This record gives sequence, C-alpha cells and structure tokens, in this order.
Amino acid sequence: MAGLDKEHRSHEMGMHTEQLAGRTQQVFFSPEEEENFTYPGAFEVDYNKRAELDVADMSAREVNLKIRDLMGEGHGSIVIKNPGAKHSLGVGILNRLNLRFEGSLGYFGCGLIDGPNVRVTGRVGWSFAENMMAGTVVVEKNAGSTFGAAIRGGDLVCRGDVGSRTGIDQKGGTIIVGGRTGAFSGFMMQRGRMVVLGDAGINLGDSMYDGTIYIGGEIAGLGVDAVDGEMTDLDVQWLTAKLKLYDMEAPRGVENMRKIVAGKQLWNYDNLEPTEKKLIL
Amino acid sequence: MCGIAGLIHRGKTANIGKEMTSMLQSLKHRGPDSTGFALYGDASKAGATDFVMRFKVAEQAEALHGFTIHKQMKERRTAVDERMSEMGARVVEEDMVTDYAFRYRFTFDGDLRRLVNFIEDLDGVEILSVGKALELVKDLGDATRVSDQYALGGFNGTHGIGHTRMATESDVDIRSAHPYWAYPFSDVSVVHNGQLTNYWNGRRALERRGHRFMSNCDSELIAVYLADRMDRGEELEQALERSINELDGVFTYLVATSDKLGMAKDTMAAKPMVLYESDDFVGLASEEVAIRAIFPHEIDTFDPYEGEVRVWQA
Repeated sequence: MAGLDKEHRSHEMGMHTEQLAGRTQQVFFSPEEEENFTYPGAFEVDYNKRAELDVADMSAREVNLKIRDLMGEGHGSIVIKNPGAKHSLGVGILNRLNLRFEGSLGYFGCGLIDGPNVRVTGRVGWSFAENMMAGTVVVEKNAGSTFGAAIRGGDLVCRGDVGSRTGIDQKGGTIIVGGRTGAFSGFMMQRGRMVVLGDAGINLGDSMYDGTIYIGGEIAGLGVDAVDGEMTDLDVQWLTAKLKLYDMEAPRGVENMRKIVAGKQLWNYDNLEPTEKKLIL
Repeated sequence: MCGIAGLIHRGKTANIGKEMTSMLQSLKHRGPDSTGFALYGDASKAGATDFVMRFKVAEQAEALHGFTIHKQMKERRTAVDERMSEMGARVVEEDMVTDYAFRYRFTFDGDLRRLVNFIEDLDGVEILSVGKALELVKDLGDATRVSDQYALGGFNGTHGIGHTRMATESDVDIRSAHPYWAYPFSDVSVVHNGQLTNYWNGRRALERRGHRFMSNCDSELIAVYLADRMDRGEELEQALERSINELDGVFTYLVATSDKLGMAKDTMAAKPMVLYESDDFVGLASEEVAIRAIFPHEIDTFDPYEGEVRVWQA
C-alpha cells in the first residue's frame, strides 16, 4: 500500500469521486494561482497577534462584526469569552484565523466557514458548522443535531456525543465524533468520511450516495441502501493517522470499527440511457 | 416553531415563576404570539380536598372590545360561583388576576369531573386548570408581559413547564395557547413542539372513552392521552413510552404531574430539546440559551436521543 501514489491510494479507499472544495483546501500551491487561495478582500492576519472579546452583552451580529473588525486589524488569534449559547456566532469566516470560544454556542454556530481553525470549549447547538468548506473545528463537549450538515471540506470534530442527522447531506471533509451519534446520521451523504467512535442510532447512512462512515460502537440500524464495506489496511492507516491528530482513540481499536458505504442500489440517476431519460423527463 | 421549557427542583422549592419567566423570555424568538406557564406549588402541603382552579370568562381580545362584554364577564363569574356552591365546592380564596382571568382556591370532596364539566358548561367560561399543585396561566404576549400580568414573579414551587407559541394552524388566542391541562384530570399538563399526524384518530378514540376536548390542538390530545393512560393504572414513564409508539408524527413534549416532570421525543428526533441535569435540578428547553437564562455560568448539556423518555421526581 505504501508504494501507491496518491491517485491510486484514493481509488483504493473508494475516494476517487471526492473533490477538494473550498479555496483554502487547495493542496498544491502555485504562485500563479495565488488568488485561488484566498477570497477577494481576505485579511492579512498574524497568528501571533491575539485579541480577547467578552461577548456576554453583545448580540450575535455585533460579535460577528467585531470578529471581522479584529481580523481587519490583523489579529490572527481571537478568543471569545462568555458566548452564553448564543446562536449564529462565528459564521461566514472566509479567512485564516485561530478562533477560540470559551463556552457554549447555540444554533448555527460557525456555519459557512472556509479556512479558520476553531475550538469550542463547551457544547454546540443544532446545525453547527453547516456548509463548512475548509479548516479545522474542534468541539470539546457535546453537540446538537445536524452537526456538520452539508459540509464540503475540512475536519469537524466533536469529542462528546452528538444528536441526530449528523453529517446530513455531507459533501466532503471529515466528521469525527468521540461519543455517540443519533438517528439518521449520514442521511443522503454524498462524499467525505464520518468517524463515530461510539454507538450510532437508527437509519445510519440512509439513502447515502457515496462517502464512508466508520462506527466504533453498536449500530442500532442501517438505513436504506447503507451496507457494510470491507475495512482495508488503508482504512486502518487513515483512521489511525486521523484520530491521532486529535488525540482520540477507538475504544475497540480502529481495525475493529465497522465501515458503512452506499450500496448504490438507489444511486441510479445516471444509469438511464439518454432515450430513457427523455421518456421520463 | 414554538419553544418549550421545563424545570424541576428535586427535594426543595424555589421561585419557579421567576425562573420559568426567564427561560421563556429567552425563547421569545421561537414564538411571540402567546406564552403559557404550568407551575406546580408544593403538592405535599395540599390537603385531600384542597384544589386550585384557574379559569377565564373571556378571551383577552373580547375583553378589550365591545359594550356588553364586561357585563357578561360579571354574569359568567357569578354563574361559576353559583355552580361551585351548588356542587358543594367551598371557595376559600379568590383572586381576580385580570378582568377576565381568576384564581380560586377551594375545597371539594365530590366528583371532580362532574364539577369541572358543570362549570365548563357555562357559555364563555374556560377552566385553564384544576389541581392540588398545578396553576396554569396563559395569555397573549411574551413571557415577561404574561408573568407581570399574572404576578408570577414570586411563585414558589417545585417544578413547571412553559411554552412560547408561534401561531401556525390556529388563531392567536388563549384557547389555542399552551400549556394544555388534561381536562378534567387533576394536575396533568403538557407543552409540545411538533405535529401529530394521527390527531383525529387519537381524539376519536379518547372521545369514545368519554373524554372532552377544549380545543382542536394536537397538544391537548397528548395531555388527555397521558392522563387517560395514568387513569387506567399506568405509571407516567409507561405512558410516555407507549406514546412513542402510539402517537404518530414529529414531536418533543414535556409533561408534568403533581410531583413529576417527564419528557418524550419521537423516533425521528426532528424537534429539539436540550437537557441539563444536576443533583438537585433538571432543566430542559428547546434551546440551551433558555437554560443559560437561569445558569449564566458554563454548564454541561446534551440532547436526548430519538425515542427517549425520561421522568424526574420533585
């Protein structure tokens, strides 16, 4: 396996359909394509320039504008104190940034981000990091439902338990859950990987198109067209390396995790001949 | 959308009126049309024949308009007094909370169902709750407004549930506001976020068993369904578990009895609920921000899972 090049390795892991998404997710830097790596108007920030912000008496809008202002001043490390489970904090950040929330967030936290490294010391509510494009996000405690809905890239980690419909419509990236995940996790998953070290609820991977789900605990039930896949050496290597990044371990060892993939019996939208398509359109 | 909240102090009483007001006010964005409280005083202090009744003799909108309504409201209240007296209920304390809403403390050792049926039979009169511990208040406006209007800021008790309503399927009025008392069962109330898809089947089944419904709201069905199951000998937890299979739709609801608080979440887990539990307190709400309204410091919370049922004792 070690001798395989990147393309063949990705084929071996069934990841050949995956496309990297998000401007800051580009792997190979080319000076000629520098504009592809940052958004127009992105801020030049210095990770060593740090700011602290107590948001106890601020609205979500005020907090998000203040984060933007601080990035505009070149702050590359921002600590948010007393977030108080407010909704929609830290959304729409399309920039390199070290962002730390000391406390819990409400609904829709850190949605639509592309690039920042975020750490939340508390819990997060529903739809955290929805549509995340790139970056690294770590939640130290639990998360609500629809954690990482429709993410396209980056690493999204929750060290505790998460609610139902985790990674619904996931289109890329990696979701890692340290504890348990609820019903309908991976529902209509399209790409990317989900790693759950604990148990999974009913209807896991229901109607998934593609992508891979790894479960370390018990699965209450698979969804429609979700089937067991074969764990390969590459899966084990990838899981070992990925979990090590976040200092996490599978309780029974990564080699004993269960791999769930799409049976692709429902995945028939492109199987029709052109004449057949015309008939149904 | 609607927001629901619940709290219970284990082994002690506290100012739950103030706490529930804070929780519901922070959920105002989930529904500003009406707010309701089902607050439970210390049931152990009530004697075998002691009850509290909350009732109204008009809708808020009615009371603000028209030339004859005030005369009608007086007549309706007088009629309530007469019917209570006729049934042998003795009113020991009465508060006129608003022009149209009243709180009576009374003693009664007869058939409670007959008494409430007799009072409810009066045109324009609606009993919001009857119980040994339960006091149910609901009206138009946000939590602070309703709490101030009904002087709930100093209500001491063990537990309570509450609701902020965004009117979707019915009018903005008190009749359609939550919580729902499980008419005519003493001390059972429910708040609910979701939709039942077998409402009419369930309602017809309960009506065939002799139950009456005061609204067309599916949340009232849950209250009566649970009270009926408990009336047939089931424990609250058994009734909740049964409801997961027998109620169809997407729902998360809270139920309270004289000394218990319970929750249930359907198997789709489509409606939110955040739970905080410590040794002497349990708080639940549609959003963590409601629990944080009474616990400003960081706390550990989590989402109950699909099909999950829990019960706590006061």
